[in-house]
Amino acid sequence: MAIRVLKSGLLDTIQDGGRYGFQHWGINPGGVMDGIAMQVANMLVGNHPEEAVIEMHFPAAELLFEAPSLITLAGADFCATINGEYLPPHQPVWVDKDAVLSFTKHISGARVYIAVFGGWVANNWLGSASTHLKASAGGNGGKALQKNDLLLLKTSQSMPALTHSMRLPWQADIRELYTGSNFYFIPGAEYELLNDAAKKQLEDASFILGRQYDRMGYRLQGAGLLYSIPKEQISSAVTKGTMQLLPDGQLIILMADHQTTGGYPRIGHVISAHIPSLSQLLPGAEISFQQTDMATAEEWLFRQQRNLQQLQNACTFRLAEWMAAHHTN
Amino acid sequence: MPPRIYPTGDHAITIEIGDRIDAGINQQVITLFRQLKALNHPGVRDIIPAYQTLTVVYDPLSIKKHLSHPTVYEHMEQWLLEHATIHASATANNRHIRIPVCYDPLFGLDTAFIAQSHGLSVDEVIRLHTNRTYRVYMIGFLPGFAYMGTTDERIATPRKTSPRTTVPAGSVGIAGEQTGIYPLDSPGGWQLIGRTPLVMFDINNTTPCFLQPGDEVQFYSIDIDTFHQLTNHGHPGA
Repeated sequence: MAIRVLKSGLLDTIQDGGRYGFQHWGINPGGVMDGIAMQVANMLVGNHPEEAVIEMHFPAAELLFEAPSLITLAGADFCATINGEYLPPHQPVWVDKDAVLSFTKHISGARVYIAVFGGWVANNWLGSASTHLKASAGGNGGKALQKNDLLLLKTSQSMPALTHSMRLPWQADIRELYTGSNFYFIPGAEYELLNDAAKKQLEDASFILGRQYDRMGYRLQGAGLLYSIPKEQISSAVTKGTMQLLPDGQLIILMADHQTTGGYPRIGHVISAHIPSLSQLLPGAEISFQQTDMATAEEWLFRQQRNLQQLQNACTFRLAEWMAAHHTN
Repeated sequence: MPPRIYPTGDHAITIEIGDRIDAGINQQVITLFRQLKALNHPGVRDIIPAYQTLTVVYDPLSIKKHLSHPTVYEHMEQWLLEHATIHASATANNRHIRIPVCYDPLFGLDTAFIAQSHGLSVDEVIRLHTNRTYRVYMIGFLPGFAYMGTTDERIATPRKTSPRTTVPAGSVGIAGEQTGIYPLDSPGGWQLIGRTPLVMFDINNTTPCFLQPGDEVQFYSIDIDTFHQLTNHGHPGA
């Protein structure tokens, strides 16, 4: 039961919901950049929402299915094909033995996620399968996928007896789950370092995502924000979404592989519900910020969770029905 | 000064004790860290002690179920206020750890620079670095990277203006009045003065980090032969 990497991609790693509980050791949580895509992909194949998935950037790896499997792609659309036939994201597909999954061209988004029925076999380190590249731990031996790597599937459950690959006849509607390019933020501990004009500028101006948009952080380009120099900025904890102010007045938004502590002023924090949309942006994307309060931030998160819960119920129902109809025994 | 409490995003809350780098304040942070950790709050994902702050990272979705406040944040704030008794005279009870360092020029790539910029000899720099017991104020930057301080001001030196693309694991450096050891090969801008044969970070260990927040650390000088011996024949304990 294995899938072979025929060709490696730019950066393809196994990730899950993240490695929590060890940040006091400087071990950052990591995990997927787009938590919504991870959950949607898993739900569509009947997995636990935070089961490990493969996160791929463009150009992405090419995979050979040495065993049949039920898979779903979510997040970005890299024009995936199974034996040459287009496979849209957010739709489960039964992939037959010897089929090849390729990602042929960039259409939208920055990261695609692949979930397989039952999940991937992955190295667990400190309670998580997420690949920690710096520590060379977790996931696929602590490394990105390389040519000829064999990815094993956890499941030994019997699969439908189908003779060819086929898309299952339903698709998840993810429109309600993503939020666009206007990002809500909660003011950070050092927000007051910004002068009044800079505070206004932060919400009125638009910013451009620069070339640096990796798993550690997103560097923005915009008119420099004016601020008063703190007498001494002592390093303190940062989180996913923290908006750090660089000495030149530019912003960095910290993402999944952020360091656990940082010494730049924290002028704000993008709310959790908006991180998935942020993680799918590409360089050149125009983004804007809007200040919000804690109650609103939490309500966004809860609403997103309710939508995901509904999706999961629907997926469970459809998949059970389909499995029953396609099992021959 | 009463501690300041503020959000660090919509899933983290920070308590700030004092406004400077100070061993006494940091000891209060570490004591509070141990206290809160022992409570095993099911919704708490991480507790991160830093120089004078402590941050609790939580899962708003799992806490929401038992809410007694309008927001999860307020619930966590209340939890902190109830349990975060700040002990002005926090008892130390910290580990004392001796770490061998080879200060050979082979590893101490910046020792001559530090000596020169302070009008000292290389031997004096080494003597001043080994003379003190340092406190691990916090761990950050990399897995297991301990920020230790404070160094004698006579060897305090700003970071390199242009960081090295690779600093080997075990390298001991100085940045301002801080000293630290690179646990992994990494890019880095600290001024390098030596290297330890000890493994600072080991993913196969259940406690992967050799140093913990609150540890007291003293360096002692070893020659290059001893360095190689210790590297080849396992590692002495604390």
